[in-house]
Amino acid sequence: MAKTIAEINEKIKKGQVVVVTAEEMIGIVKEKGAKAAAEEVDVVTTATFGPMCSSGAYLNLGHTKPKIKLGGGKATLNNIDIYTGFAAVDLYIGATALADDDPRNKVFPGAFNYGGGHLIEDLVAGKDLILKATAYGTDCYPRKEIKTLINIKDINEAVLFNPRNLYQNYNIAVNLSDKTIYTYMGTLRPKVGNANYCSAGQLSPFLNDPLYRTIGIGTKIFLGGGIGYVSWWGTQHNPGVKRADNKTPLTPAGTAAVIGDLKQMSDKWLKGVSFLGYGVTLSIGIGVPIPILDEEMAQLTAVSDDQLSASIVDYSRAYPQGIPESLGRATYAELKTGKIIVQGKEVPTGAISSYPKAREIADGLKAWIKKGDFLLSEPVAEFPGPDSGYKFKPLKMKEVKGGE
Amino acid sequence: MYSKKIVLHFPSNLVDKPIIYKLSKDFDLEFNILKALVNPDEEGLMVLELKGEKDEYNRAVKYLEREKVRIQTLSKDVTRDEDECVDCGLCVAVCPVEAFEVDPDSRKVKFHDDKCIACEMCVKVCPYKAMEVNF
Repeated sequence: MAKTIAEINEKIKKGQVVVVTAEEMIGIVKEKGAKAAAEEVDVVTTATFGPMCSSGAYLNLGHTKPKIKLGGGKATLNNIDIYTGFAAVDLYIGATALADDDPRNKVFPGAFNYGGGHLIEDLVAGKDLILKATAYGTDCYPRKEIKTLINIKDINEAVLFNPRNLYQNYNIAVNLSDKTIYTYMGTLRPKVGNANYCSAGQLSPFLNDPLYRTIGIGTKIFLGGGIGYVSWWGTQHNPGVKRADNKTPLTPAGTAAVIGDLKQMSDKWLKGVSFLGYGVTLSIGIGVPIPILDEEMAQLTAVSDDQLSASIVDYSRAYPQGIPESLGRATYAELKTGKIIVQGKEVPTGAISSYPKAREIADGLKAWIKKGDFLLSEPVAEFPGPDSGYKFKPLKMKEVKGGE
Repeated sequence: MYSKKIVLHFPSNLVDKPIIYKLSKDFDLEFNILKALVNPDEEGLMVLELKGEKDEYNRAVKYLEREKVRIQTLSKDVTRDEDECVDCGLCVAVCPVEAFEVDPDSRKVKFHDDKCIACEMCVKVCPYKAMEVNF
């Protein structure tokens, strides 16, 4: 018997809803079967916590007297370069932004101690930030310079708006070369000295809704400790990749763009991070509720780590050169034993995504829904699906003519 | 057999004295240098694993103290800021002595500081800067 989101919301309001985490769903479906589980369970909560580079926040500062137009000018917050190419006092902080005088990788590998990710963490934590900006001045916006402390409490809007989060599955990164390399997948020791992976596996949102049946534009989510929404499919969304029999993708596939009020969020779930030799980014906690509309959704949300696998990729050559080459596969259950076999060698594994934090979010979202504090939303439009033909393409390089 | 990992801080005037040679010759201690930062005219730092008879070890410590070498037990030197750690596990695979252990049920990362040799790999790779060195 199929259910609708409206019916599930009625149950939430009446306090009759049955919510379980994606981890708990595994045992329920195993014990009772998907059909009975679909009748019993209304919502499965999924979650993830890890670095997501395509993230950032836009702010509206409010106007000074006399007014200044930062658009076309330059601005920094705590010395970090901020994007100003909007109207007068709208700014965007990118998670990977750095200070102009950051040494970057001049002394390799660079430490990247403070950047956009840390700035967003400090902003959300309620710390005062130093704004310095210059503008060219106009008749309507005569002021040319500003230096002040700003605080999230005082500015108009502070909105987290991330073009690409929630990767549906990811690579296992190794290094085949004979020297240490420094990547966004962590420090990789030579001759396959370690293997790093980054997914919440059986708790991961899109691995529990692999065909984007319930997650779409408008889906209400837990974002950074507050409430957010899926605003679009994410950049590099790539639904057409090969899939296992359980419909989960074998390589990185779907992504989501998300948005939410930064003023509701917490520095517990938004953390600036530094990757040696790579740069700065932002770790984000996201939770997504999946309505169990029918038997198929019950079956899909029962997927477990031993049924989910990722591709082993060499980050010394194949990844940077864009060569589609896999060194094999490992399941998340294997990765979680702490060792996998790569090219006949036993290799220790390191996780980048925090499973305990993901679990905490899935439990927290479950509690919100049970208490009636969080109703599900009906997506207003679907994501491009596996058969849509929508693809993640490489950049076509073309010669620039005309003496440039 | 007694075994202990210690950190020695040498005043700059001691850097050119054969202190470690003495530990071996006069007290019959086996030593393994885990880390050394010794430059002329600067304070020196050395992380050592010492093995030998306990009495001899204690005599060696008295000798070092007489020579004005400051001694610290190693287990205190790399610590974890529990507020910053998110239990991701990125440190686990880079640690050469398996000082980190993932609990199979909670998936939380335990830090066994008694195993730590202060190589600082985890300090460098932790994206959250949760691992700190306190020499």
